[in-house]
Amino acid sequence: MVQLLTPEGKFAPSASAEEFLPYFEKLTDADYRKFYTDMVTVRRYDTEATNLQRQGQLALWVPSHGQEGAQVGSAYATKDQDHIFPAYREHAIAHIRGVDLIQLIRQFKGITHGGWNPFDPKHKNFHIYTLVIGSHALHSTGYAMGINLDGATNTGNPDTDEAVIVYFGDGATSQGDVSEAFVFAASYQTPQVFFVQNNHWAISVPVSVQARVPLYLRGTGFGIPGTQLDGNDVFASYAVTAKHLDDARNGRGPSLIEAHTYRIGAHTSSDDPTKYRTDEELQDWIKKDPIARLETYLRASGADDKFFAAVHEEAADFASDIRRRTLELTAPGPESMFESVYSDPHPVMDEQRAWLAAYDASFEEEA
Amino acid sequence: MTTQNLPLAKAINLGLREAMLADPKVVLMGEDIGTLGGVFRVTEGLKTEFGEHRVMDTPLAESGIVGSAIGLAMRGYRPVVEIQFDGFIFPAFDQITTQLAKLTFRHEGALSMPVVIRVPYGGHIGAVEHHQESPEAYFAHTAGLRLVSPSNPHDAYWMIQEAIASNDPVMFFEPKSRYWPKGDVDTKASGYPLHASRVVREGTDVTIVGHGAMVSMILQAADVAANEGTSVEVIDLRSLSPIDYAPILASVAKTGRLVVAQEAPGFVSLGSEIAATVHEKSFYLLESPVLRVSGFDTPFPPAKQEAVYLPDADRILDAVDRAMSY
Repeated sequence: MVQLLTPEGKFAPSASAEEFLPYFEKLTDADYRKFYTDMVTVRRYDTEATNLQRQGQLALWVPSHGQEGAQVGSAYATKDQDHIFPAYREHAIAHIRGVDLIQLIRQFKGITHGGWNPFDPKHKNFHIYTLVIGSHALHSTGYAMGINLDGATNTGNPDTDEAVIVYFGDGATSQGDVSEAFVFAASYQTPQVFFVQNNHWAISVPVSVQARVPLYLRGTGFGIPGTQLDGNDVFASYAVTAKHLDDARNGRGPSLIEAHTYRIGAHTSSDDPTKYRTDEELQDWIKKDPIARLETYLRASGADDKFFAAVHEEAADFASDIRRRTLELTAPGPESMFESVYSDPHPVMDEQRAWLAAYDASFEEEA
Repeated sequence: MTTQNLPLAKAINLGLREAMLADPKVVLMGEDIGTLGGVFRVTEGLKTEFGEHRVMDTPLAESGIVGSAIGLAMRGYRPVVEIQFDGFIFPAFDQITTQLAKLTFRHEGALSMPVVIRVPYGGHIGAVEHHQESPEAYFAHTAGLRLVSPSNPHDAYWMIQEAIASNDPVMFFEPKSRYWPKGDVDTKASGYPLHASRVVREGTDVTIVGHGAMVSMILQAADVAANEGTSVEVIDLRSLSPIDYAPILASVAKTGRLVVAQEAPGFVSLGSEIAATVHEKSFYLLESPVLRVSGFDTPFPPAKQEAVYLPDADRILDAVDRAMSY
């Protein structure tokens, strides 16, 4: 397992980390601080969203607590031209790619099924969430096939050569669509990285039920090489993902990353993990927290209390801004239901929109 | 010379070729569609002409084909997917109904899904299980999809091009028992929009609506009925979703009687939908109840029983007689 930063916050690269170290070495102290700031900000946001759900503001929340290391490191390893296909827990990646996190709140409040336009340059190709487990793996592979058809990768220019990264969880690896995505990716040698966040639990089912071999080996039979990393080590996540994406954009085809991490919270706000996990296991993983270990590392390399206080204050401001804007959100009018079902005009949508308007108007006349 | 006499399969082939010549973003995907030209040879010669990047022999995985076509459409391509046989579409059912159909809505209009799914469908070819079915109702029930089915070579040539030009996903149901009979194709003008139904035979006593291979069966029945003194008006549905009701309602206003014929099982079928709608909209104009002629509500039987399962001209004429008896 590739690890650069131990759970105790000590920089001690594992032997397997060697080939990835050149990528880490390009990072500066400012980058480390950016990683830390984003991890803290999104964790604070996640807590706020959980609270908002408990207070009846959201129908559901999907907590990301614990997985910030895997997400922040890999997100910073992407380039602006890359396309990112998330599952539905990738809040930190959304934040780093420029999606206003109120959009995720809008989805879980029941205002939209999506929330943002991935093709708007300000969202830097961060695609919308997918709730059918694993189905987006095929979309990412098809998209990467298109990159090949366009000749938009493997030209030798790392600033423009495109690659794709798709995120899913340990449970999704059992889906047929993920296996079919592996088949197509290998057949067409797509420039893409499959990134599995193995948080060890698919709701209540442990990863041992999904796989009898480590997940990073799942690609081997498909001809897709894999790397296993400590997902709570933001440096490992960054360095390994950067190399895999570079390999993808340099014509080496698809690859797989398994990031070992843990969902500290529930699967969703409707879940009760105490029914299936032991407190001992939870406490064990809390000791491996991605934020705490980076904090130790930063303090040892000179960051002072002032820096940490500023980060936490900024995160608190971010969260309270999200709270304020959540309370201001309004539901769309009923007529929007008929918009965007089709791209081209459709007589049934026109007819039913008109019918609903007339039906609603009939009550106004009575009143 | 703008009229050619062609089999329906060849008409689709020419239509695909025209679409590929007109737009370099049109790519074909499917099992055995490249080197072999498809098991029905609908894509014959296209890989040679356009190359393996535009006519892709894919791995044997229907969900993978449709799911990766979705990704290509996100990239700006216009994929045309072939599902080899009707009964093999179900591994792709999830990608078609939860993804392809809903991605434009999910993106609030920011993303179009110009994907065409070609589905050879229907019976009368004496084949093994899963090779003779009519699964169109499953997809007609899903918002976000458009469904069409040509009954003749002229429509096939034009409708495949119009389906590819659509910015929405179109399921293109090809009546495989009609792949081989020839018909005149006017390559200069389509004559009808993609989603228009069409009166193909005028009559005064009873209207019969059908689609795909059933249209030629209905026309045979209409000839027999004419000899027996009953004048049948025949409407080729062409578009299964949305349904163009104007010609159907106009015809029913004239005849007062409607029979809907289809190869698919009758329970929760397109025929059921048309019957319900015509009853709602034309109740006072009807001289008799709308009658359905359908496959039985059994699985598609072994080939030796298909002649009994599939509605033939006699079963259609029986419905005409019942309609006329009111």
